[in-house]
Amino acid sequence: MGTERINDTRRNFLRKSAMLAGTLLATSVTKPFTAVIFAANQPDKTKPWYGIGIDIEKCIGCGNCAKACKLENDVPKEPFYFRSWVEQYAIKNDGTVKVESPNGGIDGFTQTVAAEDIFKTFFVPKMCNHCAKSPCTQVCPVGATYESPEGIALVDDKYCIGCRYCIQACPYGCRYLHPVKNTVDKCTLCYHRIKKGLSPACVEVCPTGARIYGDLNDKEGLLNKFLKEHHCHVLKPNLNTGSKLFYNGLSAEVR
Amino acid sequence: MPPQLKTLLPLLAVFICIFLVARHFLIPESFGKYGHYRADSMDETAAIPINYVGKEACAECHDTETAKLASDLHSVLSCEICHGPGALHVADAEKGILLKPGTREFCGTCHSINPARRTEVINQIDTKEHHPEKDNCIDCHNPHAVWELKE
Amino acid sequence: MEHLYEMLKQVDGYIYPNEIELHWGILIVLYPYITGLVAGAFILASLERVFKIKVLRPTYHLALLTALSFLIVAILPLVTHLGHPFRAYEIMTTPQVGSAMAIFGFVYLWYLMVVLLLEIWFDYRHDLVVWADQSKGFKRRIYKILTLGVTDISPKALAWDEKLGYIVTVIGIPSAFLLHGYVGFIFGSIKANPWWSTVLMPVIFLLSAMVSGIALVMFLYMIISWIRKVKIDMACLDEIGKFLFMVLILDFTLESLDQVHRIYEAEESFEILHMLVNGKLNITLFVFQGLMGTIIPLVILGLFRMYLPKEKIRIPMYFLVSNLVLFGVFFMRWNVVIGGQLFSKSFLGFTSFKLGMIGAEGFLMALVWMIMPFLILSFILWLVPPWKKHSE
Ligand code: HEC
Ligand code: HEC
Ligand code: HEC
Ligand code: HEC
Repeated sequence: MGTERINDTRRNFLRKSAMLAGTLLATSVTKPFTAVIFAANQPDKTKPWYGIGIDIEKCIGCGNCAKACKLENDVPKEPFYFRSWVEQYAIKNDGTVKVESPNGGIDGFTQTVAAEDIFKTFFVPKMCNHCAKSPCTQVCPVGATYESPEGIALVDDKYCIGCRYCIQACPYGCRYLHPVKNTVDKCTLCYHRIKKGLSPACVEVCPTGARIYGDLNDKEGLLNKFLKEHHCHVLKPNLNTGSKLFYNGLSAEVR
Repeated sequence: MPPQLKTLLPLLAVFICIFLVARHFLIPESFGKYGHYRADSMDETAAIPINYVGKEACAECHDTETAKLASDLHSVLSCEICHGPGALHVADAEKGILLKPGTREFCGTCHSINPARRTEVINQIDTKEHHPEKDNCIDCHNPHAVWELKE
Repeated sequence: MEHLYEMLKQVDGYIYPNEIELHWGILIVLYPYITGLVAGAFILASLERVFKIKVLRPTYHLALLTALSFLIVAILPLVTHLGHPFRAYEIMTTPQVGSAMAIFGFVYLWYLMVVLLLEIWFDYRHDLVVWADQSKGFKRRIYKILTLGVTDISPKALAWDEKLGYIVTVIGIPSAFLLHGYVGFIFGSIKANPWWSTVLMPVIFLLSAMVSGIALVMFLYMIISWIRKVKIDMACLDEIGKFLFMVLILDFTLESLDQVHRIYEAEESFEILHMLVNGKLNITLFVFQGLMGTIIPLVILGLFRMYLPKEKIRIPMYFLVSNLVLFGVFFMRWNVVIGGQLFSKSFLGFTSFKLGMIGAEGFLMALVWMIMPFLILSFILWLVPPWKKHSE
C-alpha cells in the first residue's frame, strides 16, 4: 500500500514536471509570436513613448504641415509622395461624401462643393499613426522597418529591399516608395528633430496649434492633457492597429 | 546506411555550414541590439540635418521683426511659414535666400473663405472682394503686425 | 514619372495621395501563378506515387520536371521586382519571424532542394548512371556530375532510391501545400486590405494552384505527345480530367463561398468592393475567371463524367479545357493582386492600372518570364527524357 502511494506521487511528480517542461518549451517557441501579437505597450515606462494629437476643430487647412514636411525631409516634390497631407472632407446634404486633397493640400484648398449643398465640412490632416501594433512593421521580411524604442515606426533605408509589402499592409496609406532611393519612405515623426529637442516640422509650423506631439508616458505632458480634455478617436479602430495618432472632433465619415 | 545518404548528408552539412558562415558575415554589426533591426539606423536617422530652425533662431538677429510679430495676432505664426525653411539663411545670411510672399494667394491659403474653416479659429475674407483697391495684402497690412495698416 | 501624372487624371473618387502608384504589378501576379503551377503539378505527380493511381504513370515524370522548371523561374520575377534586388539575401540572413514573407526564402529552398530536386534525383539516379555509361563527351560529363558520384546500381541501392524517393514525396505533399498555402497567406493576412484579408485565401490559392498545375500537365502532356508523335494515353488523360473536375468543383465552391460570405456580411468595405467587382474587375472576374476559367471547363468536364465522346472529340476538348483553366487561373491571380490595389484603403475611390509594354514591369518582360520555364523544361526533357528512362 505504502510503496504504491509513493510510486503514485512519484509518477505524479514526474508527470507534473514533464508538463511544466512542456509548457515552458511551448511558450519559448511561441514567444516570438506573442511578442508580435501583444507588443502594444512601451515596456520601459521611464523612457518617452511618443504619440500625436490633432485637433480637427482647429485645423484651417493651410497645408503648411504638408509643405514643411516635404521641405524638412526632402520628400520628392511630385504629388504622389507624401509623409503628411491634409484632406478636405465635405459631407453633402444628400449624405454623399466628397474628399479632396489636391497636391496633399500644400497649395491650399478651395471649397468645390456649393455652400448650400454642404451639410458639414472640415479638414483632416493625415500622417503616419505610429501604431503600437504596427501592421506595417509586422510584415517587413527583413527587419528594415521597425518600431523604435520610443514608439516611432522607422525605415532603415540602407537595409530595405524594396518589396513594398509594408506599403500594402499600412491601412492609412502613409508609405510610399522613394523614386530615387528605391526604398520605402515614411514619416519619422521628424526623428532627427525630436532627438535634438525640437518639435516635428509639421507641429512647428502649424499656425493654430492644431497639432500636438508628446510623450504618452509623461502623465502631466501636453499630449496627455490634450487626451484628457478632449474626446479623441483614432482612425480605423476596428483594425486594432494601436494607433497613437489621436484626433479630436473626428467625424464618423473619416477613413 | 544507404550509399545515397553517404553523399547527400555531407553535402547538406556543407550547405548549412556555408550558409551559417555567410550569414555571420552578412548580418550588420548593430543588428538586433534593441530589436530585429539595425540599431545604427536610428542614429543615422537622428543625424539628418534640420531645415526648419524655429523662431528663437531668427530672434537672435531680427529682434525688431520678432517683437513686432509677437505684438499682434500673427504671434502664433512661425517665421518660416511665410519665409520658408531658414537653416541655410541662419548659417549664412547672405546666401540663404528667403521668400517674402505677401500676395493675395499666399495670405489666402489661410484667410480665404472656406466653410471648412471655423471663424472662431481664423477670420476669413473674400480675397477678391476685400479691399480690391490695392494689389497685395501687405500693401495695407503689415505681415508681422497685421493691424498695423499702411494707408 | 509621367505615367503617374497620367494616372492622376484617371483617379476615380478619392484615394490617399500615396496610392496612385500600384506597387505590385504584373510580376507579382506571375509569382503566385507560377508557384501555383509548381504546387499543382507536384501534387498531380504525388497522386501517382503516394496515392498509387497508376493510370497517371505517363505523366508522373513530366509533372515533376514541369514543377522543377517552373520553380526555378518562380523566384525571378519576385527578385527583379524588388527595389534593391541585391539586398534580397537579407531575407535569408535576417528573416523577421513576424512577417509572412520572411520564410519565403526557406520555404522556397526547402521545396526546391529538399523536395523537388531530391525526388527527381532519386528517381533518375539509376538512369543517370546508365546514361553516363552510354553517352560520351559533354553529355556524359553532365550525367556524371548529376549522379553526384553515387554510381552504385546494385538492387539494394536501387531499392533505397525507391524508398527514399517515396519518403521525399510524402514529405513533399505537405510541403507543396505549405508553399502555396503560404503564398495565399501573404495576401490573406493583410488586414488593411479587405479584398485580400480572408482566412479562405490560402485554401483558395491552394485549390486554384492545383487546378492550374493539373491543367498545365494535361496541356504539356498533349503537346509533348504530339511533338513526339506518340499516341496519347486516353485512360491517363481521362483520369487527369477527372481530378481536374474534382478540384475545380472544390475551388469554385470555396471561391463562391468567399464571395457569398462577403456579400452577406457586407462589412464596411462592401460598397467599394461591390463597385470594384462590377466595375474595374468586371471582365477579368466574371468573364475571364468565372465564365471562361471555371464554368465552361466545369460544364465540359462534367459532361464527360456522364457521357464520354469519341477520342477525336475528347482530345481537342481537353486541350481547350486545359487552356481555358490556365487562362482563368492567371486572371484569378490578377484579380487578387491587381484588384486588391485598385481601390483606395479610404474606401472612397479607385486608381487605375495600365500595363506597359516595355520595361522591367511591362508585358513583354512578363511574357519572357512566362516562356522561360518552357525553355528550361525543353532543356530538361532533352537532358533527362522520361520516355527514355531505363526503368520504364
Ligand atoms: C545670423 C543672423 C541672422 C539670423 C539668425 C537670421 N537672419 Fe535673417 N537676415 C540676416 C541678415 C544680416 C539679413 C540681411 C541680408 C541682406 O540684406 O541680404 C537678413 C535678412 C533677412 C530677410 C530679408 C531678406 C531680403 O531679401 O530682404 C528675411 C526675410 C530674413 N532675414 C528672415 C529670417 C528668418 C525667418 C530667420 C529665422 C529662420 C532669420 N532671418 C535668421 C541675419 C540673420
Ligand atoms: C504672415 C507671414 C510672415 C510671418 C509669420 C513673418 N514674416 Fe517676415 N515678412 C513677411 C513679408 C510678407 C515680408 C515682406 C514685407 C515687405 O516686403 O514689405 C517680410 C519681411 C521680413 C523681413 C525683411 C524686412 C525688410 O524690411 O525687408 C524680415 C527680416 C523678416 N520678415 C523677419 C521675420 C521674422 C524674424 C519673423 C518671425 C519672428 C517673420 N518675419 C515672420 C511675412 C511674414
Ligand atoms: C499660416 C496661416 C496664415 C497666413 C499665411 C496668414 N495668416 Fe493672418 N492670421 C492667421 C492666424 C492664425 C491669425 C490669428 C487669428 C486669431 O487668433 O483670431 C491671423 C490673423 C490675421 C489678421 C487679424 C484678423 C482678426 O481676426 O483680427 C489679419 C488682418 C491677418 N491675419 C492678415 C494676414 C495677411 C495680410 C496675411 C498675408 C501676409 C496673412 N494674414 C497670412 C494665419 C495666417
Ligand atoms: C486696401 C487695404 C487692404 C488690403 C489690400 C487688404 N486689407 Fe485686410 N483689411 C483692411 C482693413 C481697412 C480692414 C479692417 C476691416 C475692414 O475694413 O474690412 C481689414 C481687415 C482684414 C481682416 C479682418 C476681417 C474681419 O472681419 O475682422 C482680415 C482677416 C484681413 N483684412 C485680411 C486681408 C488679406 C488676407 C488681404 C489680402 C488678400 C487683405 N486683408 C488685404 C485693409 C486691407
